[in-house]
Amino acid sequence: MKQIHFLGQQTVNLISGLGRAVIMLTSALMHRPNVRKGLPLLLTQLYAVGVQSLIIILVSGTFIGMVLALQGYTILVGYGAEASLGPMVALSLLRELGPVVSALLFAGRAGSALTAEIGLMKATEQLSSLEMMAVDPLRRVIAPRFWAGFISLPLLAAIFSMVGILGAHLVGVDWLGVDGGTFWSVMQAQVDFQGDILNGVIKSLFFAFVVTWIAVYKGYSCDPTSEGISRATTATVVQSSLVVLGLDFILTALMFAG
Amino acid sequence: MPKTLVDIQNITFKRDERVIYDDISLSIPKGKVTAIMGPSGIGKTTLLRLIGGQLKPQSGKILFDGQNIPGLSRNALYETRKRMSMLFQSGALFSDMSVYENIAFPMREHSQLSETLIEKMVLMKLEAVGLRGARHLKPSELSGGMARRAALARAIALDPELILYDEPFAGQDPISMGVIVRLIRSLADALGLTSVVVSHDVPEVMSIADYIYIIAEKKIIGHGTPEQINRQTSPLVRQFINGDSDGPVPFHFNAAPYREELIGTGAGK
Repeated sequence: MKQIHFLGQQTVNLISGLGRAVIMLTSALMHRPNVRKGLPLLLTQLYAVGVQSLIIILVSGTFIGMVLALQGYTILVGYGAEASLGPMVALSLLRELGPVVSALLFAGRAGSALTAEIGLMKATEQLSSLEMMAVDPLRRVIAPRFWAGFISLPLLAAIFSMVGILGAHLVGVDWLGVDGGTFWSVMQAQVDFQGDILNGVIKSLFFAFVVTWIAVYKGYSCDPTSEGISRATTATVVQSSLVVLGLDFILTALMFAG
Repeated sequence: MPKTLVDIQNITFKRDERVIYDDISLSIPKGKVTAIMGPSGIGKTTLLRLIGGQLKPQSGKILFDGQNIPGLSRNALYETRKRMSMLFQSGALFSDMSVYENIAFPMREHSQLSETLIEKMVLMKLEAVGLRGARHLKPSELSGGMARRAALARAIALDPELILYDEPFAGQDPISMGVIVRLIRSLADALGLTSVVVSHDVPEVMSIADYIYIIAEKKIIGHGTPEQINRQTSPLVRQFINGDSDGPVPFHFNAAPYREELIGTGAGK
């Protein structure tokens, strides 16, 4: 009986939390944009959320591309198929690893920072003081951060895939001796713009939406204490990562299983 | 009799099942300093949040210049808030902005003033709180007292009709305390601003308030001018005014008998 009560309580909490998150996001985004005030805020957040995530994306993308090339080469060369190294790396990155790994890294780097920042603003009454100054914190604080995350992540995922392919070229062509012309030309022939690149971008947009939404909501709804902020930051990273992986399976099934 | 700016009528406010206010009423006259006093934890800050519309009572009305705050739409509430401001206990300065930017913020949000004019107004506000020289500092570089004074400069940036002060004297050094006491009084006298001061610092409140409400046990237990409060004989009011550690408000939080807890024969925790 206790278990049923607990399960029911958890379900009610989940649904009411989801409802509050939807109301928060719609209240933050459903208003007439004010370019004069909104653009500087958006640019500041694009720098904080996007530009400052570049280093981890560049380094991770390069190493993942290099490892993919090394692993791929050792398997493909056994079948005399090392010419397929280029498309193998490119398709892995564009369809899966680019969007997914960059979303996971983004949740850890930018998502946690967004939650902690908004949570701390709540704990130090900065959000309350905005309300009392007749400035809506949803529009002033939440909206620019949400849009910055939504714009940044697809761009970061594209950069991740690009440097990954360059890393694979470095290992496959410059180190292991795969022919450079073959590497690029087979890749060009095998990779489809709509089927591979565009689907990867669509995945990124979905991931950007959910990761940033979770991050801003967790910060906005956290308990305004040091423990509450810590719990919210952890929840952002864990929940974002799980949602990204689950959503990736659904999107992959819809895009590529047919 | 001065006109009433805020009229609180029979409000009851609960947090979960805990009753904070049980059917209380009070009036805040225009252009006067009204103090709300009472022991810690009885919900004095909650009253300010109710007046500001950040919380809604379960029943009763909170009229600000005739408008019922809990009944206002979101847009109407934000319009009404432009006529009031609040000094938070923590200061609540925006940590990513300098002192200057903090004070210019409400002006930039709610007026079409030129940057030249905003600069002059910010300097005037900072001069009033003695922090003109600290305008380039970030809130993290200010002492607690300086942060409260900077927050006060921001609270008066747009010359609101009503200022809500949440524990303005708590933890202040004598200089900041003097500046804030003088400013609260002179803002009311010179500009006719209505002030609501929530505090438990008896001497400071007695020195500046025109009218005092004392709240305890979910009710208003006493009210009047400082002189009338000083003459009240209610044991609750006397205990609070005299600062007695024990009395109708017990020193100890509800607990099992001390002797039983120590020798281990009681009900335990």
